[in-house]
Amino acid sequence: MTPTAPDARPALDALLRVERTAFRLDLALTAAPGETVALLGPNGAGKSTALRALAGLLPLGSGHLRLDGVTLEEPATGLHTPAEERPVGVVFQDYLLFPHLSALDNVAFGLRCQGLRKAAARAAALPWLERMGLAEHSAAKPGRLSGGQAQRVALGRALAVRPRLLLLDEPLAALDARTRLDVRSQLRRHLAEFEAVAVLVTHDPLDAMVLADRLVVIEDGRQVQSGTPAEIARHPRTDYIARLVGLNLYRGTAAGHTVSLPDGGPELVTTEELTGAAFVAFPPAAVTLHRERPDSSARNVWPATVDGLDLHGDQVRVDLSGALPMAADLTPAAVAELDLAPGSSVWAAVKAAQTRAYPA
Amino acid sequence: MTLSGPLRKAAPSTGGAPAATRRRRSRRIPYPLLLPALLGLVFLVLPLVGLLVRAPWSSLPEQLTSPEVWQALRLSLICATSATVVSLVLGVPLAWLLARTEIPGRRVIRALVTLPLVLPPVVGGVALLLVLGRNGIVGRWLDSAFGITLPFTTAGVVVAEAFVAMPFLVISVEGALRAADPRYEEAAATLGASRLTAFRRVTLPLIAPGIGAGAVLAWSRALGEFGATITFAGNFPGRTQTMPLAVYLAMERDPEAAIALSLVLLAVSVAVLAGLRERWLSTT
Repeated sequence: MTPTAPDARPALDALLRVERTAFRLDLALTAAPGETVALLGPNGAGKSTALRALAGLLPLGSGHLRLDGVTLEEPATGLHTPAEERPVGVVFQDYLLFPHLSALDNVAFGLRCQGLRKAAARAAALPWLERMGLAEHSAAKPGRLSGGQAQRVALGRALAVRPRLLLLDEPLAALDARTRLDVRSQLRRHLAEFEAVAVLVTHDPLDAMVLADRLVVIEDGRQVQSGTPAEIARHPRTDYIARLVGLNLYRGTAAGHTVSLPDGGPELVTTEELTGAAFVAFPPAAVTLHRERPDSSARNVWPATVDGLDLHGDQVRVDLSGALPMAADLTPAAVAELDLAPGSSVWAAVKAAQTRAYPA
Repeated sequence: MTLSGPLRKAAPSTGGAPAATRRRRSRRIPYPLLLPALLGLVFLVLPLVGLLVRAPWSSLPEQLTSPEVWQALRLSLICATSATVVSLVLGVPLAWLLARTEIPGRRVIRALVTLPLVLPPVVGGVALLLVLGRNGIVGRWLDSAFGITLPFTTAGVVVAEAFVAMPFLVISVEGALRAADPRYEEAAATLGASRLTAFRRVTLPLIAPGIGAGAVLAWSRALGEFGATITFAGNFPGRTQTMPLAVYLAMERDPEAAIALSLVLLAVSVAVLAGLRERWLSTT
């Protein structure tokens, strides 16, 4: 989360090229220390292939992989560092916790591989379980853990070996909707604390936007767009992305039915009742634009300026700046009726019922 | 109790009659299937019953405490267990090689491994003699270089039993390996485990039930081994005469002793089967 100087060398510098029958991955990926990058894309886009290549479980056809200035793989020079010698940790989609080992021994596994004795490895693993809030489950076998607990053990196991690159494969996909909210906010906290590079793969735009500092959208094995979640939501380059990341997302402090945005930003009225740090999200289609201040039932109304207009399919995505920057989806007819153009001043309204708020 | 009357009366009136006849018809088993099935059952069970009926129960304690019986039983257990250990040490890595690697000619190797399963054990014994006998290809070298002779020794019994029993273990362990998710090994690799460490600390515990089942199967096969043993190791009491050989020999001079020895082997087999039953259910 720390801002990096523009001339700093990226901690992760990868050019992943893998060729398979009827599939080609060609992806350049760089990341600064402390940055969390989300690879977002539909099924079969090559996200998992990229992850396996980064982990060393799948050899590159060509390209390179450098981590903290050390080249780990470069087919041109015949260099291939096997997975077990890479400072890379992986949280697998279904966690792959070793079923015959306790939660503590799962976390201690990597430390034992580094040569620590059983007692020393366990002693070093325990603080990780404590950090994950699972100290009282240290003796439990994975089969007795809930999905959320298993996810945290898997994260602790990957972090315990202090990797320089943390890979997360669909980290929340195996969880039910309720657990997902909790685990997502915990995972967000752990990723924020993590000092090295994290790359997560997901097909869920909300997970990507909440967890990552930067999104890399891939389709058919290639990057189609990269940027911060807000940039991508406001300037989608393809129809697919426009549909995928059709979400305005804000972080603020909730008190009852209102969420105040930081730095004296506006307040958002929501249907959910929360207290403390919270996210508020609403789709661009939920935004209505008006030339005059509307007198409608919408509780959230702000003045805004049109920054840009992009046609995506049968919708126009309007990029709005102002106290609350956001994206709005309108029909071309509505755009014409409102006579919108870059620089136009409008009123944007969102009904409280169309927002979603959840704890951060 | 007062309710049962009206209820029973109500049942046939709601279409119960056709249902009852249908049930009775489906319960009838066609004779062309039933008769051979019963005959087969009798055929399998009757010899065992005969063994129990004809057992010299009164002289049994005396028979079973004779030093010859204990000598043969002890030798059988030692050799079968040793053969199982040899099978484990060599067979588990072989199964791993077949299940987890892409070595060239893997299908041919797999066929060769399973050949002793179908090969008549006597043929295996002859083959072992030709290779490991004093004038065999490897046996001559073993004799001149190390002074080791295998035929007609207790070690030879172990070799013959392992040759016959190991394929059972390899097939069982290979099946367990194929059923185990190889991604656990990948997870271990990302945590810094070498392939050997991953095998030792992750794969081996995961397939332990399969290894256990394979070991029991190999052990019981080794315990009953006759053909390869008598061909390769001979029939010397105290050295190479295992239980099956003792049973065969006793049949000629003292049938009562043969029955007693057979009862011991039957008891061991039943114990193994009872121990295996749950294993089979959990691994298949």
